[in-house]
Amino acid sequence: MTLVRLAETARARVAFTLDGAPAEALEGDTLLTAILANGTHVRTSEFGDGARAGFCWMGACQDCGVWVVGLGRQRACATPVRAGMEVVRL
Amino acid sequence: MSAPVSTVAVVGAGPAGTRAAEVLVRAGLRPVVLDEAPDNGGRIFQRPPPGFTRPYEALYGSVAPQARALHAAFDGLRGRVDYRPSTLAWHLRPGTLHTLSDGQAGQVDFAQAILCTGAMDRVVPLPGWTRPGVTTLGGAQIALKTQGCAIGRRVAFLGTGPLLWLVAMQYAKAGATVAAVLDTTPLATKARQAPALLAGGRAFLTGLRMMAWPRLHGVKVVEGATPLEITGTDGVDGLRYRGGGREHVLACDAVAMGWGLKPETQLADLAGVPFDFDLVQRLHLPRRNDAGRTPVVGIYLAGDGARIGGAELAELQGARAAWSVVEDRGLPLDLPEIARLDRAIAAQAGFRRALDLAFPYPHALAAEMPDATTLCRCEAVTAGELRAAAAPHDLNRAKALTRLGMGRCQGRVCGPPGAEVLAAALGCEVSEVGRLRGQWPVKPVPLSMAAE
Repeated sequence: MTLVRLAETARARVAFTLDGAPAEALEGDTLLTAILANGTHVRTSEFGDGARAGFCWMGACQDCGVWVVGLGRQRACATPVRAGMEVVRL
Repeated sequence: MSAPVSTVAVVGAGPAGTRAAEVLVRAGLRPVVLDEAPDNGGRIFQRPPPGFTRPYEALYGSVAPQARALHAAFDGLRGRVDYRPSTLAWHLRPGTLHTLSDGQAGQVDFAQAILCTGAMDRVVPLPGWTRPGVTTLGGAQIALKTQGCAIGRRVAFLGTGPLLWLVAMQYAKAGATVAAVLDTTPLATKARQAPALLAGGRAFLTGLRMMAWPRLHGVKVVEGATPLEITGTDGVDGLRYRGGGREHVLACDAVAMGWGLKPETQLADLAGVPFDFDLVQRLHLPRRNDAGRTPVVGIYLAGDGARIGGAELAELQGARAAWSVVEDRGLPLDLPEIARLDRAIAAQAGFRRALDLAFPYPHALAAEMPDATTLCRCEAVTAGELRAAAAPHDLNRAKALTRLGMGRCQGRVCGPPGAEVLAAALGCEVSEVGRLRGQWPVKPVPLSMAAE
């Protein structure tokens, strides 16, 4: 999945890590946006049926769960990215 | 002895919740207003995070004045309501809402609760719909509105209903490439409702303009389309569909799909509000009257969380339900204002019904999905597995047997199409297989929270 930034691109940069690798987002990004700006998926289905990248973007479908060190399991679409966040794809 | 609880709780700070809180404040009350989101406005009038700069007209288009008015109304309430953003109400027991906010458990004891819980997209699963690059229409709109992003470089819009045409237009105007708009409803079905839709006045004209927009700007439009499969390897590379009696492949790298909305009824369910099958919206919906009262004392419903009616109706219903609370507390009423609300709510009925009929949920498409289609995306349960277990005449029993609807979303996504698959397999009416019962927590919470 390729997320395309069409607007609001003048925001401050935010550094975080994704699966241990340095990554960059913009202030105000949700983790869902931040992750999809750096990769093509957000999680892998535990039932072996492939990668997922969220679906509803409104905190309802629960299909964008990631692990944030210190916060535990979070919905990427409902969690703002913060500087220094360590995000792990499940 | 502690004083009896007198709090009014409003769950949801969207169009219905905002107008409900406004009436309560006017009546001299100080309601607790909870919203899971970090800011108010609901999904339709969701505010972007701080630091975003696009003007209202760019974010909300033709409903920018309504968005501005609703936000101003809410801002005018700050300090006069106990506003708790980023607060999830995950359980409702008689007189108490259980909450989760910033990792902390809490509770709100209430005398009356107005549930303005909003809605999410209603979908039809099809092969490939779990791929990265496929979102709901609402999701595609949120990506653009509150994150400034398109879900792909070349986006196909699939489904039916006003949101289909609205989001496609918003994407094109924002500079995204719209591969096509594929509406599963034939033009004739929509045209039949045109006389009744005329009652919508400005809303009808806005809708006509939305539907004309892609055609006027060279965007491919197919009405009466039948989606077959979203193809790709790691993501999306195409959408296979049938249209005009032939099969086609549309090249795209993202698909936004949705067939209208469905109410978030979980808290009403936990409150014990009875549900009735609605023949027009083809869903089980919580029972309430035009004044927002339910058969459960102290529980009131308003807006899309009770029955899909759109933002304008939600604002009216929110205010009306709040007046019911005011009346039930024995406080002075503004009878002319209540009469005005009742008239305005009644005046929308014909238009809303025509809109539902003009953009029906394609239940046959759901009922006939191929066996291999992932029906429940949380638990990866296929339509074939549900059909194989179709002996029980009840969706909850089918859930126990197949794990359909048992995953993290609690059947929000797969419930309605699952009911269609099950009913078709049994050869009965969809109303007869029931609905997935609400369970707490209505959304996942840490185990430590539930134990408290």
